[in-house]
Amino acid sequence: MNMIQAINSAMAVMMERDPNVIVMGEDVGYFGGVFRATAGLQEKFGKTRVFDTPITECGIIGVAIGMGAYGLRPVPEIQFADYIYPALDQLVSEAARLRYRSAGQFTAPLTVRSPFGGGIFGGQTHSQSPEGIFTHVSGVKTVIPSTPYDAKGLLIASIEDNDPVIFFEPKRIYNGPFNGHWDRPAENWSKHPAGAVPEGYYRIELGKAAIVRPGNALTILAYGTMVHVAKATVEDMAIDAEIIDLRTLVPLDIETIEESVKKTGRCMVVHEATRTGGFGAELSALVQERCFYHLEAPIERVTGFDTPYPHSLEWAYFPGPVRIGQALKKLLKD
Amino acid sequence: MTADALRPNLPPLSLHVPEPRFRPGDAVDFASVEVPPAGAQPRPDTAADPASFHDLAYTLVRVLDDEGRAVGPWDPRLDPDTLRAMLRDMALVRAFDERMFRAQRQGKTSFYMKCTGEEAVAIAATHALSRDDMCFPSYRQQGILIARDYSLVQMMNQIYSNSGDNLQGKQLPIMYSSKEDGFFSISGNLATQYPQAVGWAMASAAKGDTRIAAVWCGEGSTAEGDFHSAMTFATVYKAPVILNVVNNQWAISSFSGFAGAEATTFAARAIGYGMAGLRIDGNDALAVYAATQWAAERARTNQGPTLIEHFTYRAEGHSTSDDPGQYRSAGEPGAWPLGDPIARLKAHLIAIGEWDEERHAAQDREVAERVKAAQKEAEKNGILGHGLHQPLDTLFDGVFEEMPWHLREQRQQMLDEEEASGRPWARKS
Ligand SMILES: Cc1ncc(C[n+]2csc(CCOP(=O)(O)OP(=O)(O)O)c2C)c(N)n1
Repeated sequence: MNMIQAINSAMAVMMERDPNVIVMGEDVGYFGGVFRATAGLQEKFGKTRVFDTPITECGIIGVAIGMGAYGLRPVPEIQFADYIYPALDQLVSEAARLRYRSAGQFTAPLTVRSPFGGGIFGGQTHSQSPEGIFTHVSGVKTVIPSTPYDAKGLLIASIEDNDPVIFFEPKRIYNGPFNGHWDRPAENWSKHPAGAVPEGYYRIELGKAAIVRPGNALTILAYGTMVHVAKATVEDMAIDAEIIDLRTLVPLDIETIEESVKKTGRCMVVHEATRTGGFGAELSALVQERCFYHLEAPIERVTGFDTPYPHSLEWAYFPGPVRIGQALKKLLKD
Repeated sequence: MTADALRPNLPPLSLHVPEPRFRPGDAVDFASVEVPPAGAQPRPDTAADPASFHDLAYTLVRVLDDEGRAVGPWDPRLDPDTLRAMLRDMALVRAFDERMFRAQRQGKTSFYMKCTGEEAVAIAATHALSRDDMCFPSYRQQGILIARDYSLVQMMNQIYSNSGDNLQGKQLPIMYSSKEDGFFSISGNLATQYPQAVGWAMASAAKGDTRIAAVWCGEGSTAEGDFHSAMTFATVYKAPVILNVVNNQWAISSFSGFAGAEATTFAARAIGYGMAGLRIDGNDALAVYAATQWAAERARTNQGPTLIEHFTYRAEGHSTSDDPGQYRSAGEPGAWPLGDPIARLKAHLIAIGEWDEERHAAQDREVAERVKAAQKEAEKNGILGHGLHQPLDTLFDGVFEEMPWHLREQRQQMLDEEEASGRPWARKS
């Protein structure tokens, strides 16, 4: 399966198991979503469980909160993460705090799915990575898969979770992993072990990172598309790096991170989002707080630049193998 | 869990989810679309109280009848030169769309959006506005630039993100911007331009200016909160603005019912705000012209905003990334009861003896040639995907007026990266 099919399968499995799971969003019904992630679900589960919505992101999330408060488990789709901003107030001020402010009387068990990240010539309004905004908010979980297998297991766990979850789907790797070389032939999930996705139910617990490549020279913390770019770069350069795919940013698997950095003594953080105030800043602060006496070099941050995503120069913006490679050399200098 | 709450003496509730009348494979019959006769609607004085003409928000103001005659009080009585200019602009937009759509299919750019069937909406409105009025378009009003004689080559440069692109390759194709031509920078985020247009109009009023603003969004976008905030501001401050809703029946795969069309019209949104509302035949260039002219006069005489619903049809896909065959009947565009805006204006000009088939055919050839020549010219500046068109460091221009230290550092990092890449400056996009 590719990642879109895995995500589709997760929703189908959960709708089968739990009649309270519903899917809603712009174009998700009859058409099956502009990325086809919800294809066939309306046919299978009917119009009252899978439906198109008006184009109002604040409405979609506000309504999903109400449905959640009633007892449903809505899985709203925001067509592109760039369009989550109109829904920000509902997510930040409402969904994230409903449990806290009502002392548990009301909860908002929604899973907001949204494709994010660049590399598809989407220009500045179809390419952004807003995860840092949500990790900064208390009360929402943030989940980002990097493989079809993980996407399905994590989405199932997210739908089962009783807290609001933001589930960002790295659209650059919907169809295959990406090594960061935009001018080389694209890979396909069918040739990748993580593309072997079981049809039925399984879950991957939120808050558990994956060590995608064990190593001793340094630790790379990444998520989504950047896991693949980092891995390809490290392999090209034949560096004995340990790569940790965080999988969920909140809650974060701090133990795996700490253990790894204490072992390797060096740490690099990679993400595609803009640098300043990004989640990489949080990661480096955490590593600095907890592993300072084990560090043999300053923590390296490899990120997108602090500009909007430019249409024609998107590959200059993207943190590719060269940027990662230079940071690796710096990190391993002495 | 729902079953626990069921009380035996009450019927279970049911959720209504709208469904369009036709899906792929269905035969199309638009008999239920009410098309009142042309010329039947009254034209209120532009100083009239909006409460006195609510009906105009529920019907369809039409000028051109089936024989191509212009009838009724809304006939703007345009001279033949203006009519021919509008026809030429509409034909030019269509030829431009055709060519750029093909350019995208040939891999010369990443994306394109046509406005086929909606040409009258932008062209006729622009002809009815003053050259210096500020337009806040959505992505389907390329006709505004065409009607203001903006350079076709410039438009294409933007579409190709090439070295001649005045937006430096920073925007998606078709997201033009020309302050000089009263064309506000297009956003990919739907409906955000609605309150911005109202703000521009309020500022113009506050300054005692004479310029007004006009804004366009699709019917699907009226669901966004921005639309409703804009309506409130516009009515509270009597902003000199024309609020256009282009109801082309489809928002990607969602039919207009998902924006509320099953319950009422989009023009009727005006009534709750105490605003003037008109629902017009958007495939009738004369109706678009007349309504815009009327709304502009209201705005210019401090009578406040007007909401105009342009009832039209999106004859082609949403964009080059869309396949409408997946969700709507292939028969829809052909069966659309309001016809084609270009054919209708052409028929009118022929009916009044100011045009003929030969001239029309010649014009079609001429606009196609013009577009082709412009494309050749634009491609001299490059197409997307062929090397580096903008100096790489322009990536950091325009984030702020002056570049702070962290961006200077990052710019240097990027330039170093380019050198280290082993094939500096040859970057393919
Ligand atoms: C805030 C926001 N949400 C979602 C989208 C994705 N999107 C782009 S166009 C579109 C449909 C718009 O339909 P409509 O307003 O009717 O205009 P039309 O395309 O029919 O002219 C959607 C949902 C977006 N661009 N911005």
